[in-house]
Amino acid sequence: MSTGAQFGYLIAAICFILALKGLSAPKTARYGNWAGAAGAVIAVAVTLSVGHLQHLGLILGAVAVGAVIGVPAATRVKMTAMPQLVAIFNGVGGGAAALVALIEFLTVASQSSKIAMGDQAATVFTVLVGSVSFAGSMVTFAKLQELMTTRPVVLPAGRWISGAVFVAAVGLAVAGLPVRSTGLLVTLLLVSLGLGVLFVLPVGGADVPIVISLLNAFTGLTVAASGYVLGNTLLIVAGTLVGASGTILTRLMAAAMGRPLTGILFGAFRASVAGPAAAAQNRPVRSGTPEDIAILLGYARKVIVVPGYGLAVAQGQHTIRELADLLTARGVKVAYGIHPVAGRMPGHMNVLLAEANVPYESLLEMDEANMELSSADVALVVGANDVVNPAARTSPGAPIYGMPILNVDSAAAVVFCKRSLRPGFAGIENELLYDPKTTLLFGDAKESLSKVVAAVKAL
Amino acid sequence: MANQIGGMGLLTIFVLAVFVGFEVVSKVSSTLHTPLMSGANAIHGVVLVGAILITGVSSGPAQITLGLIAIVLGTVNMVGGFVVTDRMLRMFSARRGEERR
Repeated sequence: MSTGAQFGYLIAAICFILALKGLSAPKTARYGNWAGAAGAVIAVAVTLSVGHLQHLGLILGAVAVGAVIGVPAATRVKMTAMPQLVAIFNGVGGGAAALVALIEFLTVASQSSKIAMGDQAATVFTVLVGSVSFAGSMVTFAKLQELMTTRPVVLPAGRWISGAVFVAAVGLAVAGLPVRSTGLLVTLLLVSLGLGVLFVLPVGGADVPIVISLLNAFTGLTVAASGYVLGNTLLIVAGTLVGASGTILTRLMAAAMGRPLTGILFGAFRASVAGPAAAAQNRPVRSGTPEDIAILLGYARKVIVVPGYGLAVAQGQHTIRELADLLTARGVKVAYGIHPVAGRMPGHMNVLLAEANVPYESLLEMDEANMELSSADVALVVGANDVVNPAARTSPGAPIYGMPILNVDSAAAVVFCKRSLRPGFAGIENELLYDPKTTLLFGDAKESLSKVVAAVKAL
Repeated sequence: MANQIGGMGLLTIFVLAVFVGFEVVSKVSSTLHTPLMSGANAIHGVVLVGAILITGVSSGPAQITLGLIAIVLGTVNMVGGFVVTDRMLRMFSARRGEERR
């Protein structure tokens, strides 16, 4: 490859580093993303122009097909469904890397018989981890899209099956090192796909975002390994950057949920106990009419809104903002308490509320929100459940035990806007629903909020 | 193909990149976790470059077919990733713009 091309790749690598740096700070985030896109354009342009490429027409056609699929998907997806889309994008990336390694293997196999150990190791690594990432991402997609249950799927003897498949995959990978057998590599690919599925199945719904982040790091490393196979420095740098930063990010996310990573990945195996769920069905709850809620809110001094995924699903962001504006006009102090993992991914809720033009300064991060909650008259919980569930503090057996939560129970009164008494994404009963100071407002978040808005206007 | 710089050189680049990767995202507010993950996700779409290079030197229908599939997948990853990240970030900056006014 020419020096010019190498230089182009260096520029692209610098762009990627600046992109990650930029994305880490709110002011520069958008520029960061543009820097990344610029790097990508440079990298592809350089690759296409170094010449010596056959099948150029087919290649450009395939790029066009990819763009025609990717761009509309990215521009049309609802913001609530974004985590799924990121999971798919991540999966196809891992799949692409595995295919690249496979093709290089086939090509080299047909040309020479000499085996370079480093290349071979990188090839099996790419095929193994890339396939795990692909299959795992597809299962996370199915979970987030609710094509399958969001609860942990624990197969009978699941730990042994997963263990056996893992050993089989590693065994095949090691066996594949000294020999050049296409059959072996394809078998490895298939077994790794199975491993990816088994890896994600036992992960509970609320932890899925962390798994996406982890698989994202996996794909990064896969891309780096495929870069080693191809002797391409850009792939190594870009893939490694994502692998390393993705690992850090995964740890940050896990820390935000107060859970060790191993607990998330293997937690379902031990915590398959359903917790205090079952018996609770017929306990009394206090439900209120929109008018009751309006009086409660309208004469409060301080209201903290705790929005959750249910709000976003009902597209109620704009209604909640209308309600907040009305209350503010009446002299009520209104702020939003945002749990780091509110929604389906860390930071997801901030994106959703931004979409509804909620002022930035009224969004409180968790510590701040908890301070405000203790002096609040009403905590209005809309479509959230797990992130306010006191079981995280009080019941060591619960899957979310140890997760930092918003202490809405420290407010003088709590209003829950919920569709039903059904437990949240993590599948755990919330004791707070039965607390005497809690009032429930059943129904679709947007509909019931509109009724409350009307009732506040009538006060 | 791996021998222009040599295995050791590539390994050196890898190790240094690990440190850079750790360093650049050591402090991130949780607000930005989602866009950062999405942006990093788009960056590994650069596997497209590998897919193009390998397809461009392939012969044989199996390799070319697999290569073209890899190119489609890589493009979806890269292009879709940057577009969806920009969409998320646009919402943050649009709001900031309003505050200034």
